[in-house]
Amino acid sequence: MYKVTSKLKIVAFSLIILGALLTAVGFWQVPTSQDAVKEMLANEAAHGGGHAVESNDRHEVAMASHDDAIHKSSVSEEHHGEANHGVSHEDEHAEHVYHQLKNRPWSAVYVAAFFFFMIGLGALAFHAIQKAAQAGWSPVLFRVMEGVSSYILPGGIIMFLLLLATGLGANHIFIWMNEGVDVVGHENYDAIVAGKTGFLNVPFWLFRAGAFIVGWNIYRWNIRKFGLKQDEAVDGDISWYKKGFKHSAMFLVFFIVTESIMSWDWIMSFDPHWFSTLFGWYVFASMFVSAITTIALVTIFLKSKGYLEFVNDSHIHDLAKFMFGISIFWTYLWFSQFMLIWYSNIPEEVTYFVTRIEDYNIVFFGMVAINFLFPLLILMNSDFKRINWFVVTAGLFIIIGHYLDIYVMVMPSTVGESWFIGFPEIGSFLFFAGLFIFYIFHTISKAPLLVKGDPYVGESKHFHY
Amino acid sequence: MSTKIIHALYTDDDVLLQAVKQVRDKHYHIDEIFTPFPVHGLEKAMGIADTRLAINAFLYGIVGLCVATAMMNYIMIEDWPQNIGGKPSFSYLENLPAFVPIMFELTVFFAAHLMVITFYMRSRLWPFKKAENPDVRTTDDHFLMEIDTHGADVEEATKFLYDTGAVEIKLIDKEAH
Repeated sequence: MYKVTSKLKIVAFSLIILGALLTAVGFWQVPTSQDAVKEMLANEAAHGGGHAVESNDRHEVAMASHDDAIHKSSVSEEHHGEANHGVSHEDEHAEHVYHQLKNRPWSAVYVAAFFFFMIGLGALAFHAIQKAAQAGWSPVLFRVMEGVSSYILPGGIIMFLLLLATGLGANHIFIWMNEGVDVVGHENYDAIVAGKTGFLNVPFWLFRAGAFIVGWNIYRWNIRKFGLKQDEAVDGDISWYKKGFKHSAMFLVFFIVTESIMSWDWIMSFDPHWFSTLFGWYVFASMFVSAITTIALVTIFLKSKGYLEFVNDSHIHDLAKFMFGISIFWTYLWFSQFMLIWYSNIPEEVTYFVTRIEDYNIVFFGMVAINFLFPLLILMNSDFKRINWFVVTAGLFIIIGHYLDIYVMVMPSTVGESWFIGFPEIGSFLFFAGLFIFYIFHTISKAPLLVKGDPYVGESKHFHY
Repeated sequence: MSTKIIHALYTDDDVLLQAVKQVRDKHYHIDEIFTPFPVHGLEKAMGIADTRLAINAFLYGIVGLCVATAMMNYIMIEDWPQNIGGKPSFSYLENLPAFVPIMFELTVFFAAHLMVITFYMRSRLWPFKKAENPDVRTTDDHFLMEIDTHGADVEEATKFLYDTGAVEIKLIDKEAH
């Protein structure tokens, strides 16, 4: 049995507290009114080469591209232009930046909350695949997978509360929720979004989120219970194992449909005009590789503390192969999405990448390099996959890279060119990292680290590559 | 001078693996093992050095990537620039996404084909090659271990091999080479 050490608790709680403080600073930093933003912009322009050269450049770009149709919030923007002919350009720009700055801490919290939730969900899917495939190599890792996936309970509740708050109007990170977006003649009217309101309306959207989170949690609760019951079963009785197999197979069908819809609801709808038919797969690849990496990191951590003595370097090797393989799979999907849209160059599709390349160049291409080149080069050699510190190095790159991946999926639509990785982003990442670490190790400490009732556990213990 | 070679036949891969370990513990020299299918872990049990084919594969892949880059640069940029879909091909870098699939494919193509050719050459296999296989049953359901006695007591070695689970043992005089 693993026991959560006080050291780990201290680390987790200090991450939570520090993260909460930094996030609070992020919320506090938001300018209080549009006039404050105007003043801030004027100051920045006056100082010229002052303290924030980069941000000045960004604002100049923003000014230059302000009238472009490619502008992310062009929906409301264009109509503002029509409605208020008298308003000066600067006022309009200040209002625009003000909205973006108000969105920033909310988006930062949203990205971090989703990122850690998706790690839990990916681990759950990985666990279900192992069960449904009756894999012989992995049962010694089941308790780690159960631990990591247990985060979907608190993570799911937080996600739902966040979505609920957004749906009730606490923030405006989803432009399709703007008032009057489907009312003909309203200043916010948007014909394309109006055509999608049958699916994309707040009550149905919240209902879906709730149903999915509950569905995933039911499976997780069951599979954990079956695993523990199987441990207690008498020798030769594998009825709980069989039950787990059936539930896992059914869950995988449920999961791939709901995960796909979840990715449209929670991420793709940030750009309600834009759509990509492989978006569900793309988000899935991201969550899967982050989850497998987390499983590997937790396994290596527990091993380094003297637990999991039955896990040998062949198990680590297999996890590292998955990290390597799914990283390349992710890149394949990223590139498939990018190249087709880049090549066809259809305005309503290509805006997605134009904003990312113009405003987020370094993060957008940097995260592709981190998520593709680092795992590719670090983990290509077969021998390196069984050396712990190689796996950990690649793993940390993958975790950071996929956080940035989610970041560039969300931010360009909510804060546009007013992005920065500062207090709210780092703060909320630390907050959820602390919560995640505490919760998963708490769950791992609740049960023996070896699933002794699983019929394949003997094979798994002797597994060697 | 001639040495004695022992051909020990086995009928099960697990028994064979166990036998290989015992034979090596006894310090007999295993020349070669012929099997009807690849036996997992056999090369490790025999103590054969790891294959360097993977390093070759990586190098061949890089060659493929370079060939693809040079080829596409010559065809699409230097020799005959075209305007495809509003993207005039004046610069390799700016048109890179369009070339990535070809770069990928040629990387795989070079790595795969050159690796197969390397493997055949390294294993001394080529068309019309006469089989080195000493016993046709090793293409069906038997495993054959070829042991060089190096002047050890053949009688004792034979008895030992039967104990390891060999079903049949043949003694062969072979000219030293």
